[in-house]
Order: sequence, then structure tokens, then C-alpha cells
Amino acid sequence: MDPYEAPDLYRVDEMLDDEERQIRDTVRSFVSEKVMPVIEHHFDAGTFPKELIPEIGELGLLGANLEGYGCAGVSSTAYGLMMQELERGDSGVRSFVSVQGSLVMYPIHTFGSDEQKEQWLPAMATGEKIGCFGLTEPDHGSDPSGMETRAVADGDEFVLNGTKRWITNGSISHVAIVWAKLDGQVRGFLVETDRPGFTARDIPGKWSLRASVTSELIMEDVRIPKSNLLPKSDGLKSALMCLNSARFGIAFGAVGAAQACFDEALRYAKARTQFDKPLAAFQLVQNKLVWMVNEITKGQLLALRLGRMKDAGTVKHYQISLAKRNNVWMALESARKARDILGASGVTYEYHCGRHMANLESVYTYEGTHDIHALIVGQQITGSAAFA
Amino acid sequence: MKVVVCCKRVPPTDARIKVASDGSGIDEEGVQFVLNPYDEFAVEEAVKLKEAGKAEEVIVVGVGPADTAAVLKNALAMGADRAVLVKDDAGYRDPLSIARALADAIGAEEGVGLVLCGRQSVDQQSLAVGPMLATIAGMGCVMDVVKVEVGDGTASVHREAEGRSEDIEVKLPAVLTAQRGLNEPRYAKLKEILKAKKKPFAEREFDFGEPRATIEKLSPPPERQAGKIVGDGPGAVPELVKLLRDEAKVL
Repeated sequence: MDPYEAPDLYRVDEMLDDEERQIRDTVRSFVSEKVMPVIEHHFDAGTFPKELIPEIGELGLLGANLEGYGCAGVSSTAYGLMMQELERGDSGVRSFVSVQGSLVMYPIHTFGSDEQKEQWLPAMATGEKIGCFGLTEPDHGSDPSGMETRAVADGDEFVLNGTKRWITNGSISHVAIVWAKLDGQVRGFLVETDRPGFTARDIPGKWSLRASVTSELIMEDVRIPKSNLLPKSDGLKSALMCLNSARFGIAFGAVGAAQACFDEALRYAKARTQFDKPLAAFQLVQNKLVWMVNEITKGQLLALRLGRMKDAGTVKHYQISLAKRNNVWMALESARKARDILGASGVTYEYHCGRHMANLESVYTYEGTHDIHALIVGQQITGSAAFA
Repeated sequence: MKVVVCCKRVPPTDARIKVASDGSGIDEEGVQFVLNPYDEFAVEEAVKLKEAGKAEEVIVVGVGPADTAAVLKNALAMGADRAVLVKDDAGYRDPLSIARALADAIGAEEGVGLVLCGRQSVDQQSLAVGPMLATIAGMGCVMDVVKVEVGDGTASVHREAEGRSEDIEVKLPAVLTAQRGLNEPRYAKLKEILKAKKKPFAEREFDFGEPRATIEKLSPPPERQAGKIVGDGPGAVPELVKLLRDEAKVL
């Protein structure tokens, strides 16, 4: 078994309740026993470990923080800890669960009709049905309000045209939540992926999130019944609510990736001898390890506080932005430092820090880039929007 | 019938254990205790019996400090119905005393047809509590079972022993100790973890009396000696064989 030991210098563990610890430990065991043995192969092959989906569903990780419809209904903090452990394994696996839960099940749960909830949520909780979230377009990333995808009413149907890009789970999905302008207003639509005119193409040649499916969705006169509109979706802010839910999970997930890198670097530094002493006994190496544990500790506390505020219903979007921005940055820096400590070994698949580093380059950019989150926090503290 | 599973909290097998400065036991600071892995097999088997309609209720019983509650909740999340914690703050408790406390708790239950224990705890490794408990409770006992089939008033069990395997029929109620290979314990589903909070959880007192045995001193194992490289290539084989025979005495 993977000998993973998560750093917890500040005993953040003691701030969790039995239930939160138990959920974290269950997912931690699952990752050690089921994800770690296969992840290197999938990352190398550029494939998503689909074989894990039924067990991920059975554990209750899909839409875990939602109530009813076969979902577990855990607290936001427990949901975050679950993401932390999944991303300890791989950001791609965590992305799968984030997208299914926060970007597909959450909007159906929040903006959907009862029929839509009944139709999709129970099957999505078990992993029998997979979904994706189409907001970003080839020419509209940080500025989704400029989206070009359009829905036009035609009798009992809507006709959709447009292209979405960088869509996690795209080609393995049964349904896409497509954000499109209807009479000038952004709305969410459920688009079954087997409808005529709908194509999902994987984006080739990624060196990041290789164990995750990333696709382009092309819609050419795709006709859907009017009942496929998410009735309570109301403008771009609905899509941003989904992103806030996913970003919250990333703030925790990044801590897990950083913890994995630290654990590996510490282990390596203690075992590897140069100049007749372990790497860990050199001042420069200790400085790197301390940097990592220092930032991880701050990241853990930031994430936990964020979780407590979300559970209390008081969390604000800029608080989520601050945590996503900080924690992904510190995780990426930790992965780079770990790779450095591991020397040449750090660039091989035998070790995990290189894979985490490559993955985190995507995480740094998706779900709101590092800089966009700076502008969100900046707007909050100065009162001036500096996006454009 | 009801099935009782005896559960203990132990340090994880891969934890780095330090001996407390006074040598009385291990330093528990920062150790994240888990359900004893062999007890996990026992819990899984009991839950499977319930799912197969062979047991009406699965009761998990633990003896230990207050934080034993966490591992009992793990067992509840795996599917046990209720938990009983016999509180004991002694750092070390001899196997006979623990067996007596368990027998006392089990004696308070009506209709217990089967008691399942792990074959050993991974920390104390006495392998004694199961058979002692059976003796006190006046039940039959089979150790190290890897297969259990419950029939009418009896259980057919399979065990692997040194140089043979045995199929045994034992009258119920009986105590069985679980060996690796009995089953593959399930992950607790998130929903079950939430449900476990609402399951009945009782605490019991037990008068342990004078201890039968105490730990005088606990010491870590001696540091391993450094290895020796005797040479390189086929030329080193004779020297290696000589050392393995004369020094290591393994040939």
C-alpha cells in the first residue's frame, strides 16, 4: 500500500469532527488502494480511469454535498476534505468529481425543474450518467459574457449553435450543461450528447491533466425540447454560482496535491544520501521543505475556515477566490520544489510530484485564472473593477 | 440471532511508533488510531451475514479510552447497527481482563448467536482475547477462520493451519476469530457515515479489579545493523554463500 502520510504540523485534524475525519480517511484509503496503483498508467496513456467511476459513485462522492436524489448530503467542509484526498491522488480524478458534482449536478439541483432533477440526479450520483459543463468558448475564456453560443426558440424547441472548448468530461458525457444566450440573456440548457448536430472532440496533445478527458463541444443546429431549459437559470450569475461551488472544492483539492508532493519530497530527502549525509540534513533542502510545510499549513487553515463559512451560509465569492488563488499557487510552487529536491528522479513517473506539477499548471488557469481571482479580490477591497 | 463483533482501536500498521519517555507504553501524541484491521474483517463478515438474512442485528463492542468511539463509528458506518463502549483508560490492559469486560458486555445482550473477533490486534498481538472470551462465556471457539457459513444452530467454518486446512462445524453460540482472507472489507459509503451518527451508542462500566499483568517496560526493537556488500558479479558468490552459511546461518 502507498505509505502516504499527510503533513499536519498545526493539528488541523483536531479541528475536524469524527464524521469529517472518517469521510476524509475513507477517501484517503480509496485513493491509496484504487487510484494510486493505476494513475501512472493512465497519465502516461492519456486516458481517464473510467473503471473507477462505479466505485466513486457507490462511495457517494458524486454530488456528495447535495441533498436528496440519492446524494449523500455531507457538509461543505466534508466535501472539501473529500476533494483534498482525491487531488492527493490526481488533479484529473478530482476534476472529474468536481465537474460531475459542482458543475452538472449542482446546477440541475439548483436551477432545474423537478422532472429534470428526477431524470438526471439519481443516475448521476451513481456515476451511471456522466455530465459536462460548457461555458468557456475558443474565443471567450476569462470573459464568458462575450459568449457566442446562441439558443433560438423554434416552436416547442430551442435550436443551439456554437462551440465550447476546454470541457472536462466532454466526450464521455451523456449530457452537457450548455450556457448560451437566449434573446440576449445567458441561460443554462441540458443538451443530451446523442442529439443530431452535437459533436464532442477530445483536445489532443495535453501534457497536463492527462488522466482527464478534455474536449471541444460543437453544436450545429442542435434541437432540444423547451423542457431542457434549466428554468431557474438566470443570467451569467447562475453559471458563476456553479463555478464558485467548484472553486471551493479546488481550494481544498490543491492542499491535497501539495501534501502529496511534500510527503514524497520529505521521504526522498531523508532516504537519499549525498556527501555522506541525507539530503534532508542540508540547509538548502530544509529551507525548501519548510517553505512547503509552511504554505501547506496556511492553505489548510484557509480551506478549513472557508469550509466552515460555507457551512454557516456566510461565505462570499471573493473569499473563495482568495483561497483558490492562494492554494493552487502554493501547490504548484510546492510541486516544483518537490521536483527540485527529487533531482532527476522527479521527472520520472515513478514519483508523483512531476505529474502533480504538470496537472497544477491547468488548475492554476481553469475555474478562473490566478490573475482573474486577483481582480475579484482586488475589486472587493478597492471597490474598482479592473477586469477590462 | 444477533452477532457481536469485538473492536479495538490500534495505531495504523505504517505509523511510526515512539515509546513514551517513561517506558510505560507508546507515545500516543499525534497517532491517528484506526479500527484494528483484523477486526475490520470481522465487522465485514458480520454485516455480510446480516445482508444475507442470517443475522438480525450486528452489535460492535469495544474496550478502551473515549476515542475508541471513533473506530466503533467506523464499524457502524460499515453497516453495524449499534455500538457498546466499555470505557477503560488504562494504557495497557491484560488480555484476560479485556476478555472479561467483553464477556460482561456480551452477557448483557439477549440472543447472541455468534461473536466475531479479529485474530489479533496489530499492536498487542497476544492472540488471546478471542479464546479467553469463549472460555469465559462458555462458547465454542475456532481461531483464524477464512470462511464462515451459518446454518441452523451451527456454523461451518474453514481455517488454514500449518500444513493443513480444516473444515469445522461448531455449535452456536460460538466465538470465531477472523484471519486475513476471510473477506475484503468495504469502504464506508458517505451516506452510511452520516447515518452512523444516528445509530444507538451505549457506554458501559466494568470493574476490572486488580490487573493480572502489567507492562514493566516497553522498548523499541534494537536498531538494525548496517548491511554489507561482499563484492560484485559472479566472483562474489562464494564469499556470499560462506557468509550466509557461517555468519547469518540461514543456509
